[in-house]
Amino acid sequence: MARMKFLCDADRCIECNACVTACKNEHEVPWGINRRRVVTLNDGKPGERSVSMACMHCTDAPCAAVCPVNCFYTTADAVVLHSKDLCIGCGYCFYACPFGAPQYPKVGNFGSRGKMDKCTFCAGGPEADGTKEEFEKYGNNRLAEGKLPLCAEMCSTKALLAGDSEVIAQIYKERVSRRGYGSGAWGWQTAYRESIAT
Amino acid sequence: MAKLVAQMRLIAGALALAFIVAISVSASAQQINPTADAVKEQQLLDQLKVIQGRVTIPDEKSGMLVHPAGREWRQFHTVTLKWIGGISIIGMLAVLVLFYLWRGPMRVKSGYSGINVLRFDGLERFVHWLTAVTFVILGVTGLNITFGRVLLLPWMGPEAFSAWSEWAKYSHNFLSFGFTLGVALMFVMWIGRNLPTAVDVEWLKQGGGMFDPTNSTHAPAYKFNAGQKILFWIIIVSSSAMIISGFMLMFPFYSGLTVGNMELAEIFHAVVGVLFVALIIGHIYLGTVGMEGAFGAMADGNVDLNWAKEHHSLWAKEEIQAAKVKGGAMRPAE
Repeated sequence: MARMKFLCDADRCIECNACVTACKNEHEVPWGINRRRVVTLNDGKPGERSVSMACMHCTDAPCAAVCPVNCFYTTADAVVLHSKDLCIGCGYCFYACPFGAPQYPKVGNFGSRGKMDKCTFCAGGPEADGTKEEFEKYGNNRLAEGKLPLCAEMCSTKALLAGDSEVIAQIYKERVSRRGYGSGAWGWQTAYRESIAT
Repeated sequence: MAKLVAQMRLIAGALALAFIVAISVSASAQQINPTADAVKEQQLLDQLKVIQGRVTIPDEKSGMLVHPAGREWRQFHTVTLKWIGGISIIGMLAVLVLFYLWRGPMRVKSGYSGINVLRFDGLERFVHWLTAVTFVILGVTGLNITFGRVLLLPWMGPEAFSAWSEWAKYSHNFLSFGFTLGVALMFVMWIGRNLPTAVDVEWLKQGGGMFDPTNSTHAPAYKFNAGQKILFWIIIVSSSAMIISGFMLMFPFYSGLTVGNMELAEIFHAVVGVLFVALIIGHIYLGTVGMEGAFGAMADGNVDLNWAKEHHSLWAKEEIQAAKVKGGAMRPAE
């Protein structure tokens, strides 16, 4: 089985936000929830870079560790998913997440923040693959159809890569050696305790 | 001739200047390569501990790109907190069991007189039980967030445990208002009798007679002895800490709170919370099995006159005086 990861090549990202839009449309994500976002660093200054960020599907995921009801699980492809039936909306996963990935449908915590929502690597949830229930709670299960996450698939500059760790790391390494520079695999050190040597 | 030399000198000077300028221009062109000279992740993390940028969506806190401190909070919540909570609560229970085996319940030495003295009126008892009931529910539902996954989830099963935890969370959030009201009323109602006085020094020197197994040490005290005053002030301070940090957690990211602030609020809430629970277990012990004749004070409000004379001698004197002034006798127990 593959070890699925995201890699955003910040030297290619043009902050078009198409990944954000594609994700929202593909999974019919409610208003106010952003499973993916583009963050611009050093905005307007020399060395400005944009990074598209969503759940990184960490190794030994912090969200899963702190969840009081243990609603997270990791698939055979190392994708971190959760059950909205078990989630109590406490918000602790957001405090533990280094990437700000968990999203909540309600702004306040008073009473409830609602069921947590986050990037599924287009791999759905615990329900049977491709069912209506799965789509309504988690969005499309593209992985079950043999497709990769839509955000990366339709990235116009191919900045955002999604797929098996070794494959995307190899692509990134080749790019860096050809063009002679690379700002690195953003978030990898924090999420996987390893980076890509270039 | 001299003119020519001067001209040549001028030309040489101009050439030298142009050369220097050219070198410096090419050097600075080499330094700034807008394509390759990017911000580096490790550099930002080393300098700032977080990577913060700008986003174009309304959720401004999502501009936090990488926040590795979440890993430290995770370590606290999953490991450190469990140790602090486990040691303080199980430790308190162990100390009380050992204390009970050694000391036994503190008896009323001269026996019951059969005469009742009103210790706490209806309002005092209502405020006490409002605070007490909400505290116990807040304590149990709060401990569930930290220990439930380890202690309850394995035998309840995921669905039942989630359903219980969701209701526990609702109770925790809503009952916080009752607890806040109870503590506020308690503060106003009892602060006057909880200010330190000279009598308290003597009480503390004798340890309140708590460590005398013969029951013959009885330090004088007014309505509240020094131990109760210390308890009162710890409760007021801890409750304030719990209420402030709790309201921060209930209204997350309100008015510019960052994820770092939220993590700190949770750490504060959890540590003070488990210590508070351990303290109140001690308070419950002394109010029930630990001391004979004490529970009535919070049940129907009455204590026996002899209990009052032994444990709160100066208060008993006040009460007897007051009864004489009114001209009535102290009421016998029914």
